[in-house]
Amino acid sequence: MTAAADQSQPLVSGRKSKSGLLRTEIMQGLALISPTFLYAFILLVLPIVVVLAHSFWTQHYLTVDRTFTLANYRAALGEPMYRDLLWRSLRISLVVSGLTVFFAYPIAYYISFYGGRRKGLWLFLITIPFWTSYLLRIMSWKVILGYNGVLNSALMGLGILHEPSPALLYNSSAVVITLTHAWAAFAVLPIFVALEKVDRTLIEAAADLGDGPLRAFLRVTLPLSVPGIVSALLIVMIPTVGDFVTPKLVGGKDGMMIANAIQVQFGRAANWPLGAALSVTTMIVVSLMAGAAVFLIRTVARLAR
Amino acid sequence: MIRLRRLLPGGSWLSAYAFLYVVFLYLPVMFLPIFSVNTAATPKFPLNGFTWKWYEGLLRTPELVEAAWNSLIVGVSAAILSTIFGILAARAITRYRFPGRRPINGLIMAPLVLPEIIIAISLLLVVLRLGIGLSLFTVMLGHVLICIPYSMTVLTSGFEGFDRSLEEASADLGESAFGTFRRVTLPMVMPAIISSLLVSFTISLDEFMIAFFLSGTEATLPIYIWGQLRFAAKLPGVLALGTLLLVASFVLMAIAEMLRRRAASRTHNEGGLYV
Repeated sequence: MTAAADQSQPLVSGRKSKSGLLRTEIMQGLALISPTFLYAFILLVLPIVVVLAHSFWTQHYLTVDRTFTLANYRAALGEPMYRDLLWRSLRISLVVSGLTVFFAYPIAYYISFYGGRRKGLWLFLITIPFWTSYLLRIMSWKVILGYNGVLNSALMGLGILHEPSPALLYNSSAVVITLTHAWAAFAVLPIFVALEKVDRTLIEAAADLGDGPLRAFLRVTLPLSVPGIVSALLIVMIPTVGDFVTPKLVGGKDGMMIANAIQVQFGRAANWPLGAALSVTTMIVVSLMAGAAVFLIRTVARLAR
Repeated sequence: MIRLRRLLPGGSWLSAYAFLYVVFLYLPVMFLPIFSVNTAATPKFPLNGFTWKWYEGLLRTPELVEAAWNSLIVGVSAAILSTIFGILAARAITRYRFPGRRPINGLIMAPLVLPEIIIAISLLLVVLRLGIGLSLFTVMLGHVLICIPYSMTVLTSGFEGFDRSLEEASADLGESAFGTFRRVTLPMVMPAIISSLLVSFTISLDEFMIAFFLSGTEATLPIYIWGQLRFAAKLPGVLALGTLLLVASFVLMAIAEMLRRRAASRTHNEGGLYV
């Protein structure tokens, strides 16, 4: 989604770049962007630095002891509870991002290659549910999967079940289903953008050289759309690790994720340094996982070619 | 193109898949409106009968009316501020070349890919440390931060492909810099600006995570819904409220999309929110 801003080239060519003119150009550009930059800096970069600092401190009730310590990280990485939560969060976000990309690829492909003049309409149709409240989308899954919910009553009506199954809701599968649905549109867009850039003549060339449709897809289209797959994977994986609403509403005890533990530290438990250390750990670990996933996909793509 | 079609795998299968995919996207959300007009208090099939009573109940809840009012205040201020920040940054990115253009752009767009809980708790820590009380104002600050990337995306696509010679012509004909902006630039990019306002407002209206951490005693609509979810008996009312929010988001985003397309056709630019 950041593509539009990234690719825009400033329209300054064709003008004689006398150094004075260039300097005013630079000054004007910087002056224009500085309010937004400062806002993002003060409300994003500084707070993250504050979180980082807190993760090395200790809290005694309401006072914060600022002596450097790694105790919070020892707790975050060492205590089985946090380790399990972190591990589960990573597993869930990996599965969710994998599934969303897997299901999104064909639809992005369909829109890009078969969408014709209705591409815009298709994209609009796909993205509209994404603009509705996240909370409401999770709630609708609660309604579907609940004990007295849609799926149970439907299965009973069809005679498949004789009594409602409690197994549908409050586990990690419910979390995976809900997140996969919630992030679907996010995965379609980057893949679509990548597929739009695939040079159609290359596919024709592959066909002329004797590749069947499937082979041409595997050897030309798929490898060329790898950047889209990678960014779709990341754009789903990184935010889903930090979700605490879905686990709280549909996850039950077995579906809790690391963000629930972070929320508790900033709420009831009121141990900000530990919460900060958990947040930093989560960010680092998910970045490592994302990096590994990207590396793996790129390697496979290179080998396949 | 016709020749290309034959070279692609599985057209008819893909159409069927696309249909199923859209059903999968929409069906879960559609249960909210369906059960919000059902007489039974629990959402299950078969449906009992049609009623508006859950909607009527909403109007008689003062806390809800207050939450709606709060959401409106936060949403409108967040939309205006993020659009102003977006206009400045988008103009700078599309019009000027300066050192640090890419990293600055990356920083401004970063909230899009960061887990929301990280943004929320880091803001919370700062707010608590500085001793500023949690209020609708702090929620609004957070919402502006996460709305700016979307405003930027909408506005950059509106500003891009904008024909510079029109501005130059205006300046050559004696118009001042401000006059050029008001009489040439602004009318061209107006649809994008309104689109950005609508998108930001919708995001703020639906946003939960940041509001959850940064709101004090005053609730926004998603926070109000969250509080009601604990009570099974309140579910139909929540479904009714949820349906109203869904409809509001649908309508606002449809208008935003129409405006964005108009802006794109005006500047002969195909890119946009989705690309």
